[in-house]
Amino acid sequence: MTVLADLATPVVMGILLGGLYAVIALGLSLVFGVVKEINIAHGDLVILGSYFGYVALTVLGIDPILSLLIGMPLLFGIGFAIQKYLLNRAFKISMDATLIVAFGISIILQNTYQLIWTPYARGLTTPYSVESLSAGPIHIPLVYLLDFLVAIVVMVFLHEFLKRTYLGRAIRAAAQDRKTAHLMGINTDRVYAFTFAIAMALAAIAGVFLGLTFSFTPVSGMSFLIIALGVVVLGGMGSIVGTFVGGVAFGLAQTLGGYFFGVAAQMLVAYIMVLVVLALIPRGIFGR
Amino acid sequence: MASSQKMPKETLLKVSHIDVFQGSFQALWDVSLTIKPGEIVAIIGANGSGKSTLLDTISGLVHPTKGSIEFEGKNISALEPFHIVDLGISQVPEGRRVFPDLTVLENLIIGSYTRKARSKREQNLQRAYQLFPVLEERKSQPAKTLSGGEQQMLALGRGLMSDPKLVLLDEMSLGLAPILINELYRILREIRDRGITILFVEQNVRRSLTEADRAYIMEVGRVVLSGDVAKLREEEKVKKAYFGA
Repeated sequence: MTVLADLATPVVMGILLGGLYAVIALGLSLVFGVVKEINIAHGDLVILGSYFGYVALTVLGIDPILSLLIGMPLLFGIGFAIQKYLLNRAFKISMDATLIVAFGISIILQNTYQLIWTPYARGLTTPYSVESLSAGPIHIPLVYLLDFLVAIVVMVFLHEFLKRTYLGRAIRAAAQDRKTAHLMGINTDRVYAFTFAIAMALAAIAGVFLGLTFSFTPVSGMSFLIIALGVVVLGGMGSIVGTFVGGVAFGLAQTLGGYFFGVAAQMLVAYIMVLVVLALIPRGIFGR
Repeated sequence: MASSQKMPKETLLKVSHIDVFQGSFQALWDVSLTIKPGEIVAIIGANGSGKSTLLDTISGLVHPTKGSIEFEGKNISALEPFHIVDLGISQVPEGRRVFPDLTVLENLIIGSYTRKARSKREQNLQRAYQLFPVLEERKSQPAKTLSGGEQQMLALGRGLMSDPKLVLLDEMSLGLAPILINELYRILREIRDRGITILFVEQNVRRSLTEADRAYIMEVGRVVLSGDVAKLREEEKVKKAYFGA
């Protein structure tokens, strides 16, 4: 009985944390699924969202979640410009070129963060970010619950957008068959720019909730990129449901790994699971 | 002429002396072709004769290095594919290439992506359903669950959703049963009767020379013969090469 009661908290925390991981990975998965680019600057762009929330909170005194009303359009615009002026052009040279450009963006962002905000860890501390909830044997921070709810909302919105709008259908069509998308009158360069822009608006959300949940530094992007890659490997690239399941699986592996083998081993357990899934089902749980 | 209506232009599409390269390989050599409004024109030739490249060049997927392509008097040889679709040229590609994970209805809707076509979406959707009732029956199914013949109907229906003036059809009958092919060609004539001009590519010479008004015969990237199908059927060269006479 007590073991089960002890397990309840890591299980619930793992699932809720999985929501945050899914939101972080969603933009990466979308860009890979549609544009076929592995955006290795994704983590750093998520951290840009975190720093935006930090500035909104500490300089302007705006609640970080509320600041997304500005942060999302801002990152949307930056994402559109990155794809249109950098990645679309690199894409015409080769796939490797897009990888190198994204790597360059990553380095530039990390160093810019160091210059402006110093290497010290920052966090988004609000009254609700230190609250916690208790229900029977389960004790969890309130933000974990927010992370999960946001994940659900974001995924439902993204799914409906991709299903019901012309742009959403064009994104799916371009993902499935680029040449035929051209023949339908779709300007794929423009669709790719919008796809990257949407991924960045998602990164803005991910960044703020990441900042409410964990502290972050200028180089945190790399660790969250690696987590996001693990999540999409688990769930299958380019699938919304797969990304969510991957996120939850990753979150659970981490908290249960921590429970059974100690906090030092929690990430190791999660990555071992990624490797096992990669070996057994290389396309991921929901991969095509 | 007192009528305020514009006279139909004598030529809808005019391809003049184009050379096209695929990488370093020259796929088309000095190819010329004209299509008048309301015609059904066939391009006949073996695999690798450049038929598909010619359609892709008209669609703007590849651009000619020499020569020009005019559509309704406007030079389109440097335009991007989405621009050309918007002007009224639609291609139904070889191998159907429906979007497998989109439903039948979503495939049709994506065919009306251009701004001009969106306003006529319902009207064109009804036309597609009239021509291919099976598409309405299966509108909520993913396209990959359709049979080959149904996928070809979907590809054709989708191609009509952009409200085109000219439809380019690449190897429509490939891999389909003869009875289905007859049906598709019957529908093709119906499409033409609704005022849409058709240029189709076909390997089956006998079929092409019955279904089309005029035909161009291509060999290794060049047009070697062209004219009315009745005349072509009597050509010694055609008889020898294709009918074994």
